[in-house]
Amino acid sequence: MKRLQTSCIRGNNRRVLALLSGLLVLTTVLSLCLGAERIAVGQALGDLLTGRATAAARILRYARFPRVCAGLLAGAALAASGTIIQGVLANSLAAPSTIGVNAGAGFSVALFCAAAPGALAAVPLAALAGAFGGAMLVLTIARRTSASKISLVLAGVAVSGIFSAGIDAVITFVPESLNGYSDFRIGGLSNVTFAQLRPAAILIALALLAAWSLHNELDLLMMGTEQAQSLGLSARKMQIVFLALAAILAGSAVSFAGLIGFVGLMVPHIMRQLVGETSGILLVSSALGGAVLLCGCDLLARVLFVPFELPVGIVMALVGGPFFIWLLKKRGKCGND
Amino acid sequence: MIELKNVCSGYGGRTILQDISVSFPQRSVTVLLGSNGCGKSTLLKTALGLVPASSGAILYDGQEIRHMSLRAIAQKAAYLSQARNIPNITAGRMVLHGRFPYLSYPRHYSRADREIVRQALERTGSLDLGDRQMSELSGGQRQKIYISMALAQQAQTIFMDEPTTYLDVRHQLDTMRIAREVAQAGAAVVLVLHDLSLALRFGDQIAVLDQGRLAQLGTPEEVFASGVLDRVFDVRVCRMETEDGWHYYCQT
Repeated sequence: MKRLQTSCIRGNNRRVLALLSGLLVLTTVLSLCLGAERIAVGQALGDLLTGRATAAARILRYARFPRVCAGLLAGAALAASGTIIQGVLANSLAAPSTIGVNAGAGFSVALFCAAAPGALAAVPLAALAGAFGGAMLVLTIARRTSASKISLVLAGVAVSGIFSAGIDAVITFVPESLNGYSDFRIGGLSNVTFAQLRPAAILIALALLAAWSLHNELDLLMMGTEQAQSLGLSARKMQIVFLALAAILAGSAVSFAGLIGFVGLMVPHIMRQLVGETSGILLVSSALGGAVLLCGCDLLARVLFVPFELPVGIVMALVGGPFFIWLLKKRGKCGND
Repeated sequence: MIELKNVCSGYGGRTILQDISVSFPQRSVTVLLGSNGCGKSTLLKTALGLVPASSGAILYDGQEIRHMSLRAIAQKAAYLSQARNIPNITAGRMVLHGRFPYLSYPRHYSRADREIVRQALERTGSLDLGDRQMSELSGGQRQKIYISMALAQQAQTIFMDEPTTYLDVRHQLDTMRIAREVAQAGAAVVLVLHDLSLALRFGDQIAVLDQGRLAQLGTPEEVFASGVLDRVFDVRVCRMETEDGWHYYCQT
């Protein structure tokens, strides 16, 4: 009897997942080893575990570990957030950076840091409140105006512009508000600490799990709200649930990594080419791909101009932009829309 | 059986359907006809609860739709919408989502669900398409996959909004043949069509809408004889007898 490929993870997709997992391990190890100071990770780990305070152990503990974790977490979160937003809005141009989610989070963080500079642990909450506000604003515009796909993105650009102006206004009035986040505007991981990461990491892990558990619902939403509702899904409520999850993911990432663009837009597109649009595998592969890409770009940012380093947002745009254009050109040649 | 009693509905305070009473009997194909904008799609959406009725009653086996959950509605009525996004997932997985109304969170499709999907694909002659991506399929093949999804939903009534639009004549006839077979197997099939000859040839019951009101409800024979189609569409509907029965065509 013929066995149908109804699983959300097909044979070819397993190979893609294995490849991404391999790349993840490789990028992580290289990121821990390489930088302004090369360290032998095994030796440094040994020093850490035995309590010897060598320079390599200190670099590993206070610089490389938090930074690599931040890259992996932010990459996974932003890419998964982009996948969710594109699915919910049925719009491949939508992403946290293009529809005002990141900018909303950034504005909220700037405002919060200006009002309560000492409350570091609450920054992720402020970020995700702002991200959720941005997402809901765009969803409301989409629902009220039945906006076309391009109009929705234009509305997102307008919302992003408004929030960016808000950030500028906050910095103008309270210049020290984003002092703790020097690379905030272009996105960077250089000053990340575990204290910043911990609350965001918990939120990201929970949101990723919740999104994965709802992957069938996301498939249905991609068919359109009426078709989804006719299959028994409360489409409008579920859209809000998904946008809340996307906001948690993007907001948490923005809270420690700043306004990193591209990854949330580009990675879901790349993964769609590799694994198709089935939400389960697309979410997992996007999270892995986002982690690899951001961590890899951060590695380049650290080693390209040693001893100077670039904010990862710049490398991401320089690497990701041309790759994305190449991908679009390749798709055009293949006749896909 | 699904029944509408004196139903009015519309969008944003604008009434589109007025005082519609119609039922969709099992084992029959009901075709909704009417000119563009007369409310055919709105009637389907109202019957499914996607557009709320402003007055009247919609009954599913005697139960008011407003007292039913979305899942309960989906277990009784399947819907193939006119405008759809086509996610690029495998056709088999698409059909599998027809089982969605039967699962609770966290939803895991069972072996039994996959067997139902296989049977649904077999009924539409699409078993060989199950492993293909939706984006690789032609319009006619996609339509068969959507119908398979509706069959996998195992609902007693299937609503299809313009299922033959954009299809070549071969796939139009295939779609109508499948609709008839599904009806003969016990379901109520409700179609919105623009092709009068297909409607009169394959329908058991024809509902003609005119400016949001039910202008005529009856068998193809009765509707043809009444002359309502000539009036509503501003054409002359003619017919000729063939070995397969009456074939209908239009003249201006």
